[in-house]
Formats: sequence, C-alpha cells, structure tokens
Amino acid sequence: MKKILILFAHPAFQKSRINKKLINAVKNLDGITFNDLYENYPDFFIDVKKEQRLLTQHDIIVWHHPFYWYNAPALLKEWMDLVLEHGFAYGMHGRALEGKSVLSVISTGGSKVVYSSEGRNHYTMNQFLVPFRQSANLCRMNYLPPYIVHGSHTVKNNEIEEHALNYKKVLLLLRDNKLSKTDLEKAEYFNNLID
Amino acid sequence: MYNEDFFFQALIYLLAAVVSVPLAKKMGMVSVLGYLLAGVIIGPFVLGLVGQEAGEIMHFAEFGVVLMLFLIGLELEPALLWKMRRSIFGLGGLQVLLTTIVISVVASFFNFEWNKAIGIGLILALSSTAIVLQTLTEKGLLRNTAGRSAFSVLLFQDISVVPFLAVIPLLASFNGPARLQESQVGQLTGVASLPGWVQLLIIIGAIGAIIFLGRFVAKYIFRYIAETNLHEIFTAMALLLVIGIALAMSAIGLSPALGTFIAGVVLADSEYRHELETTIDPFKGLLLGLFFISVGASINFMLFIEDPFKILGLVILLIIIKFLVLLVLGRFFRLKKGYEFLFAFLLAQSSEFAFVLVSFSQQSQLFEEKTAGQLLLVVALSMAFSPLLIVLNEKVVSPILERWHNKLDYEEVEPEDNPIIIAGFGRFGLAVGRLLLANNFKVTIIDSNPANVEVLRKFGFKLYYGDVTRPQVLEKAGIAKARLMILSMAEYDNALKVASYIREKYPNVRILARAKDIFHAFEFAKLNVKTVQREVFNSGLELGAKALEHLGFNRYEAYRSARFFKHHEEEVFMNLYEHWLEDKNRFIQETRRFSEQVSETLMAERKFSIHDADCAWDVESIREEEAGLTSEGEK
Repeated sequence: MKKILILFAHPAFQKSRINKKLINAVKNLDGITFNDLYENYPDFFIDVKKEQRLLTQHDIIVWHHPFYWYNAPALLKEWMDLVLEHGFAYGMHGRALEGKSVLSVISTGGSKVVYSSEGRNHYTMNQFLVPFRQSANLCRMNYLPPYIVHGSHTVKNNEIEEHALNYKKVLLLLRDNKLSKTDLEKAEYFNNLID
Repeated sequence: MYNEDFFFQALIYLLAAVVSVPLAKKMGMVSVLGYLLAGVIIGPFVLGLVGQEAGEIMHFAEFGVVLMLFLIGLELEPALLWKMRRSIFGLGGLQVLLTTIVISVVASFFNFEWNKAIGIGLILALSSTAIVLQTLTEKGLLRNTAGRSAFSVLLFQDISVVPFLAVIPLLASFNGPARLQESQVGQLTGVASLPGWVQLLIIIGAIGAIIFLGRFVAKYIFRYIAETNLHEIFTAMALLLVIGIALAMSAIGLSPALGTFIAGVVLADSEYRHELETTIDPFKGLLLGLFFISVGASINFMLFIEDPFKILGLVILLIIIKFLVLLVLGRFFRLKKGYEFLFAFLLAQSSEFAFVLVSFSQQSQLFEEKTAGQLLLVVALSMAFSPLLIVLNEKVVSPILERWHNKLDYEEVEPEDNPIIIAGFGRFGLAVGRLLLANNFKVTIIDSNPANVEVLRKFGFKLYYGDVTRPQVLEKAGIAKARLMILSMAEYDNALKVASYIREKYPNVRILARAKDIFHAFEFAKLNVKTVQREVFNSGLELGAKALEHLGFNRYEAYRSARFFKHHEEEVFMNLYEHWLEDKNRFIQETRRFSEQVSETLMAERKFSIHDADCAWDVESIREEEAGLTSEGEK
C-alpha cells in the first residue's frame, strides 16, 4: 500500500461547494494524509522542515487546488518555492523525492472545450500544467495525468457527488498500485482512467 | 569644638533618618511618617538626644520648603495648568475654600478668635501630597478618575501654600499692635516704612524682575555656566538663584516661597528645567527630611498624655469634616460609583505643609504654644491614620457600593443565548471587541471600571459594570451557555482566578486569555487554557522588525525575520513551560521574574539561526554547485 499526501490549497475553502465534497470523500481514507496549507499556514509562514519530512514519508504527492489565473493559489506556489529546496528536491545531491509520483487535482470554471486551441483559453489544461510537470521532472518525480473538475461554476450537485466518488477511486487506485505504467502514460486526464 | 558639636548633631539626625525611613517604607508608610517618627525617637520624649536646638534647626530646614516650591513651580507648565483648569481651579479651589470655611467655623465653636480660627482652617484644609501621591503610585491609581481628581486638588493646594504664607502674618497682625511690632520689626525699618503705593510698586517691580530675568536672561547665564562643564558650578548657580530670590523677597517683605515659586514657573519651559530639577532635588529632599525630623522632635507628647481623648476626638472630627466636604465636591464634579468615596478617603488627612504653616505661624505669633502643639499632634496623627482610611475604603465601603451598583446593572443585561463574554474592556479588550463586532458577533462585556462602562455604553456597546471574579456576575452574563470566554482584563491574578473557576465549574466553555508575561502564560497553560496572547510580545516584535528595516533590511526580509522569530518563540514557550512545570521552586519573586524570563529565553535560543527558514530563496548553494560543475567540465 502506497502512502498519499494531499497538499490542499484553497484560500476560501468555506465557500467552495465542490472542494468540500471532494475533500470529505478522501481525507479519512487509510494511507492518506490531508495537509490543508491555508489552514496550517494562514500567515504564509511555511514550516519548511516539517513539510520536507512529510514529503519523505509519502510515495504519492497530490497538489489539489482551484485553478487561479491558469495556476495554483499563491500559498501552493510559496510552498513550492520554499519546500522544494535545492539540495533536497533537486540538484546534484537533492534526491529526497526521487521516484515519487505527483498528481494535480484541479477544479476550474472553464469547460474542456474552453481549454483547447479553438476555445477561449487557447491552450489545453496539460499545456497550462507544464510548469508543474517540469517541476516534478526536475525533482526526479513522475508527473501523473491530472484529475480535472471542469465547469465548477455550473456543475450540478449530482455531478459533484460523482466527482467526489471518482476522486476517491483515483486515490484508491494509486494507493493500491492498480494501474499499469502504460495506461498512465497514455492518458490525457486521470478522469479517463476511471470507468 | 563648634565643629564637633555640629557634626555630632548631624550624626544623630542622619542616623535617625537612615534607620527609620527605610523601616517606615518596609512597613508600608510614606517617608514623611518615617522622618516624623525618627524625630519623635531622638526627641525629648523618647531618647532625648536633641533638645532645644531642634527649633533652630527647624527654621533652617524650612528652606527645604522654599526649594520644594521652586520645584513645584518647575513642574507646572502653563499648558498643563490650562488643560486641567477645571479640576485644578474648580475642584481644588472649592475644596480649599469650603474646607477652610467649615473648619474655621468649627474652630470658632472651640472659642478661638476669628483670626486664629481662619488660620486653623487654612492650615488643616490641605492634604498630604507625599502620602496621596505615594498611595496613588503604589495602587496604580494615577490614571483612575478619582486619582486624577485627587492629583488636581493636591496641585491647587501646593500652589495655595504660597498665598497662605503671605496671609498668616496678616492674620497674626490682628492679635494686637504690640505683637505686630515685635514680629515685624525687621520689615518696618526697611520697605514697610515706605508709603503704601511705593511698597506696591516695589513688589510689582520685583516680581516683574523675576519674570523678566527668568524669561530672557537666565538661559544665557545657564548656557555660559553649562559650557564650563563643571557640574558643581551649575549646582552652585542653581542654589545661588534660589537663595538670591529668597533673600530679595524677604527684603521687600514678601514670602520667599512665593518668589521661588514664580521663578520655578517662569523656568518651567526652559531647556535647563530637568538639569535644575535634578540638581535641586537632593537638597530639597534632605532639608525637608531634616525639617520633618525636627517637627517630630518638637511634637509635644505631654499634650497628648494630658488629654488623649480630646486629641483623638479632634483628629476624627478633622477627618470627618474633610471627608464630607470632599465627598460632596466629588459628587458635584461627577465622580460616581464609588469613585467619590475613593477620592474623599484619599484626601481626608492633613498635610505636611501644615507643619510648615504651623511653624511659620508660631514665628508670626499667631498661635500660643499650646495651640500650635495640639495642631502639630492632630496633623501628625491624621497623617498616620490615612493608610487605615484606604483600607477602610477597600474592605468595607467599596464592596458595599459594588453590591449596590451591581444590583442596578444586572437588570440592564438582556440575556443572550450563547454569549461571547469579554471580561475587561480597556485598551486590550477594546481591540478584541471591535474586531468581533465588526464581524457581526454580539458580545457581552463585563468591566469593573465604571468610567469605561459609561463611555462605551454611549457608543452602543453592550456592557455592564461588575466584578467578574464574583460567580453571580458570571452567571448573569450567561457563562453556562457561553461560546467563548475572553479574559482581556488587566487584573492578572483575577484573570487566573476566573479561569480556574470556569475550568472547574464550566469545563466546556472555551477560554481565551490575555497574559502579562511568559510566567502568567504558564499559569494559564497549567489551567489548560491554551489560547493565550502575551499582551506586548507582538508589538515589541513589530517594532523590532521596524528596527531591522532601519538597519538596512528590506521590508520583507525584516517581516520574515519577525515572523520566524514569532514561530520560534512558540517552540521556546513549550520548552520553557516543561522546565517551569518541573521546577519545584517556581514561586519566583516578582522582581526576579523578568530577568529570569530573559535569561531562560536567551539560553534556549543560543543555537538558533534566524535564516534557516528562507534557505530556498538563497541561491548560494546552486551557485556553488554550478561553479563545481563547470570546473569539473574544464578538467
């Protein structure tokens, strides 16, 4: 059984109906550690040593956040800036994260059509996520296909329930190591790997 | 031979002062009482070490009073007088006037002639600056409404000593022409032999000269002397100034005290004010001490032994008269809810100035020796009683009043279902309460300071007056169903008491507390109160961050340093708390507390480096690595 660390970053969690459901579905599962960054570091003062210790204790890292200006909320960026330290996460001697996997779990207002070369946003989600993918690569980690909740402003309650169930399935599949490497490499979204 | 005599006298007086004043202080009395006691002990009625010459020494030591008035003048900035004019001149003026009238009337019932009765009234109307100021400081009442009013009254009394000194010889002159000649022979040969209008011109001229010299000339002289950098010459100059004015005033028949007082006021806003104060102060202190010792030595205890009940009766009568006048005036000047009582109890004794005035009126032959002796006894005993009055107020009067007021105020509290209770609504609680109110939470506020309660109620806050250490008050405020109990009061020990009571009786109520310092926070931690805010720690830290900015840090760097320090302090706190729990000897004396706190904290963080947190923003290691790679490549 693999260990999963959810790094959750949402500055207005109390107002997010989707993320509340998603988080509730997974946070108490076995083998899963839930780390609410905005709750733990309201003053943006991240305990770097503690966060690094958490990383080394887990096999799969989840960056779970809403998509703000095609990116993560500020605190997750701060977390990356400070915790993924040279000599720890990357660099000649920075091998603490080697071989771990990273999964982006993102809720966004735009539909999948909007995130395409023809759509309003011109680029696909995976194109926007290149900095995350490359950060994982630099840290010698494996970047998994992202799990995306599109249309967060319009999504209906029953669809949210479905997403919550799917999120749980995703994490269980990863935790119990039930997916083949080729499946993972082929998939555009993790959403596609769940029936 | 003369020198030996002089030094022997000095030895006795100084020894008496050095032994008895610290003892008096230890027993909680003010130094004035210590000096008096010393005088009594070395005087003819106990050890008999000093005798007749005590009277002469007293006249010499009266110069201390002149110095004191100079210093009082120095303290009185005209702007301050103007700001407090209502309470100084209104409340103070009425207190002196009414008390003088009532005491004079009572004195005339004791068959004193009218001029003597007025003299007694003037002398006994004053209250003891030394005792009251010390009480106010010790009990932290200087900013309290009652304390401030008392201070204003004392200020007015201090000022009115000056005209009193002028009035007393005038009163004495009504004793009969023979005495007048005897007492004022000196003046009659000088200025007083001139016609009235010339005298008036001379007086106006002299005061004008003091003001002119003080305003426009003194600073050049002081600057000239200060430039020599010889401190003793400055001291000599300061003494010269005071003695010169005193002599000049006596020469034209005015009170030396008045002259030096005016000189003090004129110099109050000069740049040399503090220098003058610190220079004159030791002389004043010693001479006044000497004065009080000689007063003590000259108190005639035979008068007490002859008729102790009469003397005690007079003391009690005096205190009651002064108390009632003060109480009425306090009410009239809107002191409420027990403050008028505190104010009246504070000022009900007689003044050390009374000794000066009595000895001065003896010189002017206003009173017979017996009257003067009895007055001295009454004054001294009323001063000795004044600590008892404060105890009486604290233990008896104030609790009764409080119960009465609480009964009234309970009815104004509307019960809330799940109240958030804030106990203590001063500077600290105000910030807490405002934040909660701004976020639409209703709060129930309990404050023990009725002045705050009145003001804040006007602005629509829902508060009431009550002593939060009393279980009934807590119950009425709804503690049983409270969501939060916020202890933001400045009465630190009471806060602990309340916390421990709530922990025991209402274990489900969440407590948030303001702590005085780390030890106070430990006490809360021991009661399992975890949300504790040390009242000045964050402010100190923020100013520290600003200091870092001034030392060349970027603003963000300074901010990060302070933040890091704050989080680090939380760890230190837990470590120190463990130590503190293990430490059997945790009842550290109050005075040692702070230094203890400093040294323990510093010990705990010797190994800590502030820049650990921001390593990732430091590209040093990357640069080193890249430099290493290039040089390897070159190999």
